Amino acid sequence: MARPDSTNGNRRVVVTGCGWITPLGDDLDGVWKRLLRGDSGVSPTELFDASTFPTTFSAQVKGFDLRRYLGDEAAARHRDVSRNTGFALAAAQMAWKDAGLDAFSGLDRTAVGIYLGGGEGPIDFDNFVAAAVAAWDRQAAGGRGDLDARRWAEVAEQRLTAVRELEQDPNMAAGHIACQFGVEGPAFNTLTACAASTQAIGEAACLIRRGDADVVISGGTHSMIHPFGTTGFNRLTALSTRNDSCLTASRPFDRTRDGFVLGEGAGILILEELEHARRRGARCRCEIRGYGSTADAFRITDIHEDGRGGIAAMRLALEDAGLRPQDIDYISAHGTGTEENDKIESLAIMKLFGEHAYKVPISSIKSMMGHLIAAAGAVELITCILAIRDNILPPTTNYQTPDPNCPLDYVPNQARPARVDACLSNSFGFGGQNDTLIVTRIT
Amino acid sequence: MSTRRVVITGVGLATPIGIGAGAVWNSLLENRSGVRRISAFDPERFRCQVGGEIEGLSAGQYVPKAYRKSTKVMARDIEIAVAAAYEAARDAGLKTRCLIERGETEGPPNFDPTRLGVNIGAGLICADLTELAGALAASTDEAGRFDIRRWGAEGMNNLTPLWLLKFLPNMLSCHVTIVHDAQAPSNTITCSEASSHLAVGEAFRTISRGAADICLCGGAESKLNPMGLMRQQLLGRLTTSGNDRPQDACRPFDAARDGTVIGEGGGLLVLEDLEHARARGARIYGEVTGFGASCNACSWHEPHPEGRPLALAVRKALADAGLQPGDVDLITTFGTGIPAQDASEAAGLRAALGDRAAEVPALAIKGAVGNSGAGSGAIDLAVAALCLHHQMIPPSRNVTRPDPACGLQLVAGGPRKAEIDALVSVAYALGGGQNAALVFRRLEV
Repeated sequence: MARPDSTNGNRRVVVTGCGWITPLGDDLDGVWKRLLRGDSGVSPTELFDASTFPTTFSAQVKGFDLRRYLGDEAAARHRDVSRNTGFALAAAQMAWKDAGLDAFSGLDRTAVGIYLGGGEGPIDFDNFVAAAVAAWDRQAAGGRGDLDARRWAEVAEQRLTAVRELEQDPNMAAGHIACQFGVEGPAFNTLTACAASTQAIGEAACLIRRGDADVVISGGTHSMIHPFGTTGFNRLTALSTRNDSCLTASRPFDRTRDGFVLGEGAGILILEELEHARRRGARCRCEIRGYGSTADAFRITDIHEDGRGGIAAMRLALEDAGLRPQDIDYISAHGTGTEENDKIESLAIMKLFGEHAYKVPISSIKSMMGHLIAAAGAVELITCILAIRDNILPPTTNYQTPDPNCPLDYVPNQARPARVDACLSNSFGFGGQNDTLIVTRIT
Repeated sequence: MSTRRVVITGVGLATPIGIGAGAVWNSLLENRSGVRRISAFDPERFRCQVGGEIEGLSAGQYVPKAYRKSTKVMARDIEIAVAAAYEAARDAGLKTRCLIERGETEGPPNFDPTRLGVNIGAGLICADLTELAGALAASTDEAGRFDIRRWGAEGMNNLTPLWLLKFLPNMLSCHVTIVHDAQAPSNTITCSEASSHLAVGEAFRTISRGAADICLCGGAESKLNPMGLMRQQLLGRLTTSGNDRPQDACRPFDAARDGTVIGEGGGLLVLEDLEHARARGARIYGEVTGFGASCNACSWHEPHPEGRPLALAVRKALADAGLQPGDVDLITTFGTGIPAQDASEAAGLRAALGDRAAEVPALAIKGAVGNSGAGSGAIDLAVAALCLHHQMIPPSRNVTRPDPACGLQLVAGGPRKAEIDALVSVAYALGGGQNAALVFRRLEV
């Protein structure tokens, strides 16, 4: 593919390292093999007692221990981190090493940035609840009950701690990563719900293109597998409730889909300016070629019924990449397994891609590792990069019953060898956030 | 590379000293304070009992009639952002969906909605404690202890189905995109107190590279709830000497400073491509010419003693603007009144600006408005735009004995006329390590 004119001489951005912590494991190739095999990371929820919740299962990261990734000394320094920050540090450590930056001494650290789509840390649940319950005055407000703020302050001051409160802030993963890797450049965290890490990587690429950084640690991290996270999604009726068959509960694009499966984890990528990477002899895994971002401006709960925002994000990403729809070899769908998302995402692809919509393979790895919320886009982009490397597409598992509203090729149940030079990855978030990235083989 | 110039064409504010640019500006000139004993809840058992409260704000006043029912799912932070967006769009003369549907202007829009972006800094929004506590208390066992099985089975049903959406940080920008029909990139920066500057910086880049023509950008947050106040108390950031004198409690860069006060508030700027602004005859407050960001590689919870990350952000912003330290005519500081944070900030400014740091007038407004987290920087930036526009610097409230160790020239007492061609505004996360600086200039005609 020729260099597009649309980049106007902007600097090119490549991916030189990847790392992830997922419900299917942590090493790059091990998780990839499991995805190609169609394994499921879903099981009954063990992180808290969800046995009476409408949804009793999730896709959890099991046996996570930060020491395995950072060593005892560094892990001790970061010992107070919340779960999502731990995931981010571990994934960043693997990505940093994958990029060869652990063995490179010539880095200008003021030109190394961070741009994460990092979620908030889980609330200090037991202590938070204890204070709230202790301060509830049933007799107040004419028997309706009210919070006794004095009592709450007394109990909360005793039970909550400064460190656990601070570590919940969504910018803390970036703060810890900066210290772990000695990074001094621009640092951002975005939290645009389920689109966050795709948006983060897109904006990170913009930082490098413009020259605000040469290297950016980007991606996302999140864990909402906690009582309030599950409560929030259950109240929205967004989660699958197939409690008797959780392994096959995540069914993107299948007619029997009934919601997404909550997952957790992190995906971190090292983005680098192409010449910077070449000068230090780094292996370039692929190029970040296009980015599009839009807002539906429609409703906080529903996607625009015409797929307006998703179409615009994909179209802008194609324009940014200087590519046509027929140049795209694979679409990594947002594909959550909710009735609305999968229908409208399919519609958007059909409207934008025309005839090619029926030829381009589309899949959703959320069928296997659930929905990592803010981290989902980063993990999915890493699978696109591996698909390009190995010329093989991960499947959409649990796909049995076609849906007339989703009439495209979703790579059902079996991984598929295919020539893959260009992948498009979608992430859509509550409130009408639409973000699309395009990655290509480096030519 | 695209090099479109970006100007400020609107200012929207919702703060404890007023709603709207004119009201806030007048309060600042008169040295008024919006800090008082907290009335939103009973603060008696908190160590610091004062804060900056906005009076009489409800989002229903700032949206089209058909959207009023959506205000039920807006946390206070969202309401503040929605108010600021209305004020900003109106101030800029933008005929947005909101203003058209409210009958305040005739359609059609005087811009392309697919080219209007939003970038709003937001905090970690606390769930409504009263709503949540009531629901949790309904799931206790006979001994009065919370029982998660009861919660899962029935207790959670006491929460409204849309409960989660009240507190997602991106809902500030999402409601704003819907209310004003903004379909270009919409981002939500969550880097605590650095959020607004990062959001405005990113919006500057977004317009500059051509991904949008106009952006509503800034931030909003309310820390004025029991959890917000408790977090700051636990982190040791609050003054405890000012409960009897709320208006004097927060003293940025003053020798007697001993902590900050919480607040609620925010602001949105309208940034616009210069040619687009000229074509529609918009009033221009000034130009955004520089942005720099950095982070602290030494600590995620303490300020850098020499202010090194902040100095780097300022240097980058000045270089981006093509300016030297000697060109700076005003510094709008972040000054929270927290002893070590103010000292670090001053050290960073001295490191970046050299001798100029001690000569150039500086402004610190948190003595009047308190610290509203992710919304704070946007208030500073909006005020900076107003300083540029009026060629005037309002006084920094409560700086009565400037700390000589800080070495800054804070304007105090009353307003000062000034020739301001270029100003630098800074912000940093009190925890997390992110720093950012922006340069605004008077538009050369």
